[in-house]
Amino acid sequence: MFKKSNNEKINRRKRKVNFREVGIFVFLTIISVVIVLGYFWLFAGSFSGELVYGIIPKGFSLKSWRFLWENPFPENPDWPSIWPILFNTLYLGLGVTVIVVSVSTLAGYVISRMKFPGRSFLLASTLVLHAFPAITLLIALYYILKALNLLDTITGVVLAKAGFFTPFGIWIMKGFFDGISWDMEMSALIDGATRFQAWHKVMLPIVKPGIAAISIFSFLMGWSEYIFVITFNRSYSSWTLTSYISAIVSDYRFSDYGLLAAVSLFYMVPVILFFIFTQKYLMEITLGGIKGGR
Amino acid sequence: MGRKAYLKIFLFLLPAILFTAIFFITPAVMTTIMGFTNMDYRFQWNFVGLYNYFKMLIDPLVSKIILTTFVYTFGTLLIFNVTFGLILAILTTSIREKNGIFFRTIWLLPRFTPPVVYGVIWLWILSPMKEGLLNSFLGYDYMPWISNFPWQVIIITNGFIGASMGMIIFASAIKSISKDYLWAAKVDGASWLQEIGYIILPMIRWPVAFITAYQTLSLLTSYEYILLITEGGPYFKSTVWSLYSYKVAFSSYAGTYEFGYGAALATVLVIVGIIASIFYWRIFKFKEMMEEPKIDVV
Repeated sequence: MFKKSNNEKINRRKRKVNFREVGIFVFLTIISVVIVLGYFWLFAGSFSGELVYGIIPKGFSLKSWRFLWENPFPENPDWPSIWPILFNTLYLGLGVTVIVVSVSTLAGYVISRMKFPGRSFLLASTLVLHAFPAITLLIALYYILKALNLLDTITGVVLAKAGFFTPFGIWIMKGFFDGISWDMEMSALIDGATRFQAWHKVMLPIVKPGIAAISIFSFLMGWSEYIFVITFNRSYSSWTLTSYISAIVSDYRFSDYGLLAAVSLFYMVPVILFFIFTQKYLMEITLGGIKGGR
Repeated sequence: MGRKAYLKIFLFLLPAILFTAIFFITPAVMTTIMGFTNMDYRFQWNFVGLYNYFKMLIDPLVSKIILTTFVYTFGTLLIFNVTFGLILAILTTSIREKNGIFFRTIWLLPRFTPPVVYGVIWLWILSPMKEGLLNSFLGYDYMPWISNFPWQVIIITNGFIGASMGMIIFASAIKSISKDYLWAAKVDGASWLQEIGYIILPMIRWPVAFITAYQTLSLLTSYEYILLITEGGPYFKSTVWSLYSYKVAFSSYAGTYEFGYGAALATVLVIVGIIASIFYWRIFKFKEMMEEPKIDVV
């Protein structure tokens, strides 16, 4: 008798929890609909000749993807084809990655693990540097790149973007080094390793996920760059996919939304791959220096 | 530690210091100096003292832009970046982990979408023509959403991106709360809302403080989505301070590139940002959050 009622109680509790979970699930679905619809439109619009009610695809067509094999804008014969544009965009992403990863892995380690005067100043200044908006740098960077003859080149944008992203990269890498137990490094030092060997042989392998995360971040950051590209790179030879889509929007608005959706989706490919394959990493990233739950 | 040890530390830091110095600190200093010149597209350093700052005082647009900046920054921050981020974090950690990750992933997608694509999506949703999502949904033939509701548009479009940062940070903080507290609360008969109010919220107050401070600065200085979606219009209705600085310097609507005036406007923004940083640093006592290193050997 006693046992039965206790079971009932537990069951009722379980049911209640499930109701709540379902309620939350439904609520989350409703508020997420706008985002899902936006991205669904990219798929529907690019693979279909016509959309009913602005969103429901009707039929299947690859016509919108013709930018891959021909110039879809006969009125603008001097626009570059998609392949040099793709090359520029890739170069921008990879260039930023190489610089940011190599610079911030070193600096993040030192700031996380070593005591030296000015350490807390360096940490604080990464937050203060965040107060310097891209706009502050933009005007002077325009001047500097012009002086260095790098204006209107992808290399110029790579350097500018990497410089801007480095403090953030250091902050993230510091967080990853913070997460490694001190005992690990201590035992390496006791076994006679120098601090550099400890960094190279013990710490680096452990923070590989961190390096992977920061590589992905900086690649996508460079790949997607908007402001620097449209401000510095005006000529066709230094176009990235951002310039291409901006040019389509400003010249044609939404007259061929299928094409616009297809190019946009093409631009989204690395982002989509990243979400499919590495989203678990992403969820693990916390900013360094914050003790969760305190 | 000896001098040799410090030299080693310096060598580790050198690449970062060099790189940040050339492509971050130099341009930052240079912009500040440019604010005292009337430099235009000819790139001549003619120093004009405080001319640009006096110009700001009599610029008829400035008061409107300050108001817009204020509404945009704190509207987006409070509605989306903090409150909505918190709601998403609590809800996605209250359901099964697999489902929670699914929803967090959806909300993270806008942040990683190339800005120009995110802009295109919103331009389609808010299109004034009947092909736009909102208009075809509501059956309107023509409705210029962006020019009718510029403030709402910039807050919502930026908020959809801004919420995800808080969501991720808060969610990981909530997950790291020791389960003992939650079990103890359950044993004492606490309801779900009581769990949130008496355990979860007090325990994640540090991340909440951090996000509030960090995102105030982000919002104060971000304008790329506004530039893409409303272009600061209609007229200057949705132009925030940072966008105004950009427009003055790089769009030739006034006939020339006014780098000097643009730089002065940007400098004001930096000063406001630094004051806000110090203010937050003090009231949230961020210093307590930084751990001291535990090994002294080099």
